[in-house]
Amino acid sequence: MKSINATLMACRAESRSALIPYLTAGVPDLVTTARLLHALAAAGADLIELGVPFSDPVADGPVIQKASETALAQGVNLAQILDVVAQVRAEGLETPLILFSYYNPIYHFGLENFVKQALVAGVSGTLVVDLLPETAGRYLDAVAGSGLETVFLAAPTTAPERLARIDAASTGCVYYVSRTGVTGTQAQVHVDLPATLAQLKTHVRQPVIVGFGISTPEHVAQLKGCAEGIVVGSALMAALDTASSPDQAVEIASALIRSLKQPLEEN
Amino acid sequence: MSEPMLLSAFQPLLPGGFFGHFGGQYIPETLMAPVQELEQAWAEARQDPAFLAELQDLLTHYVGRPTPVYEARNLSQQLGGARIFLKREDLNHTGAHKINNSLGQALLAKRMGKTRIIAETGAGQHGVASATVAALLGLQCRVYMGSVDMARQALNVYRMRLLGTEVCAVNSGSATLKDAINEAMRDWVSHVQDSFYLLGSVLGPHPYPDMVATFQSVIGKEARAQILGQTGHLPDEVVACVGGGSNAMGLFRGFVHDPEVQLTGVEAGGRSLEPGQHAARFGGGSPGVLHGSETLVLQDTGGQILETHSVSAGLDYPAVGPEHAHLHEIGRAHYVSASDEEALEAFHRLARSEGILPALESSHALAYVLKRAPQMRPDQILLVNLSGRGDKDVHQLYQAEEKQ
Repeated sequence: MKSINATLMACRAESRSALIPYLTAGVPDLVTTARLLHALAAAGADLIELGVPFSDPVADGPVIQKASETALAQGVNLAQILDVVAQVRAEGLETPLILFSYYNPIYHFGLENFVKQALVAGVSGTLVVDLLPETAGRYLDAVAGSGLETVFLAAPTTAPERLARIDAASTGCVYYVSRTGVTGTQAQVHVDLPATLAQLKTHVRQPVIVGFGISTPEHVAQLKGCAEGIVVGSALMAALDTASSPDQAVEIASALIRSLKQPLEEN
Repeated sequence: MSEPMLLSAFQPLLPGGFFGHFGGQYIPETLMAPVQELEQAWAEARQDPAFLAELQDLLTHYVGRPTPVYEARNLSQQLGGARIFLKREDLNHTGAHKINNSLGQALLAKRMGKTRIIAETGAGQHGVASATVAALLGLQCRVYMGSVDMARQALNVYRMRLLGTEVCAVNSGSATLKDAINEAMRDWVSHVQDSFYLLGSVLGPHPYPDMVATFQSVIGKEARAQILGQTGHLPDEVVACVGGGSNAMGLFRGFVHDPEVQLTGVEAGGRSLEPGQHAARFGGGSPGVLHGSETLVLQDTGGQILETHSVSAGLDYPAVGPEHAHLHEIGRAHYVSASDEEALEAFHRLARSEGILPALESSHALAYVLKRAPQMRPDQILLVNLSGRGDKDVHQLYQAEEKQ
């Protein structure tokens, strides 16, 4: 099983971009989450972000808020999500998994315990959306030397002098938030985004993945080659919301990923 | 010009904005730049005599400070124990302590060149205060409010609209204060360039908890001088209700250096102490991270934030300001709870005995006083922060009584 970093570094070497779907765990239910993880990988996902639902997702727009509510209504928790990860690993899933979470569920789990359990389950790394390198001390201490990779965010508002710190704290990759706002779909990605990413990469050594508002194959085509990875979240969760059965959810997700992957496979 | 009323923190904040291990800055990356900008602007403003003079001038001539300290002789006599004094924050312009902070932050927003303010509100008092200062200072204003709270505080919603503020209903989660803060933070993330988040309590990422407490510390500083002037003694105990905890922290900051003064916070005991039926964070909470800081939080075994209940919208919140969590941990302040029923009883008691309608939030502090005063000697002094007036709650009480 390759690490997040090695997978994205290979993309860099081959001048291509990885496709990284985001999936909230527990939508429509945890049994289907396991099926969806396999289906996303089979349809062309190079890495997968697995979202831990949280009651107060302040960085998320309406689509992922709704997904979190759906999952929480069934009582989905972090321990169960780690069980699903262990299950799909046992079933042979090799795709690197980035656990995307707010800090409180992890903090409440116990930092040392979380790191241990996540690694045993087969989580590759974590992105904690409300931790900054400056405030992540205890978390970074718990992770240090464990092999669990870290991903920190950079945003359009990030001061250039902080980028070195974000880069240094991230062992998996740096996640660039493409706009000042919450997660969600949008009609167009900003025309300056490729140039912004090129600029960012002069400051950052780690591979860069980009997300927030990337929704269509056209967006993916626009950003192809500008970052080592392209994250699509709300578009997938919005599509899953239209599914009336687990089978249909798997079908919809597979079709969407294949369509998003297509521009990345063209020369 | 009187001396500046701003006090420093009761002890230096630790680097990163920590009170002990509580506090900090747990925020999405996009907010780091505006939070640092705010930190910088606040550090400069609090040292600037011109800023402090403008704030002092408006507190005196616009808000109507100082508010009186009134000895509630009838109530004291009926209870037969301590002398009870009320710090009359209900007599401020807009009817609660909230404007002390709204005014300070709005002046800061203006100084920073922001043109738009965002605020959340529970009971509506912070929303009304923010709408008021926005009108005064010519700022655009949007207030987020849970739809449950909008229903029970309909009059305050209308007041905000009369003042030219846009009130946005929040339907997610429990549709109360917590969810209004989530939505305000999402707005802030999306409009960091022109917008200032005017947070209404001693919550959120650093520098908010300390900044809000500093703006509210005028309550404690005035009250200390007034009670000494009127009685020649410090109070034996000071009491305030605690939702997020801004009126309590404002009062406590005036007395925290007087070890002989007991500091008591009263949180919402709701219907019962079953999960979801109360907002008693000191009773049922544990350390967690919500809305930018580490503090005591009501949460389930998976670290999900629990819904809360209180008859008073202003106390209906699952976390508490980090400075309170710290004062609790070091044993400097102690915290108790009052149930919905006890608060309602105290509301009526003050109305009949003193001719004052207290806010339902403040009624929780009074509920404790009803129990505590008789245990004290007649030469002892109990000072209560009457943080707001009850006019906003009259309609809710009327409806509740109609139902019975």
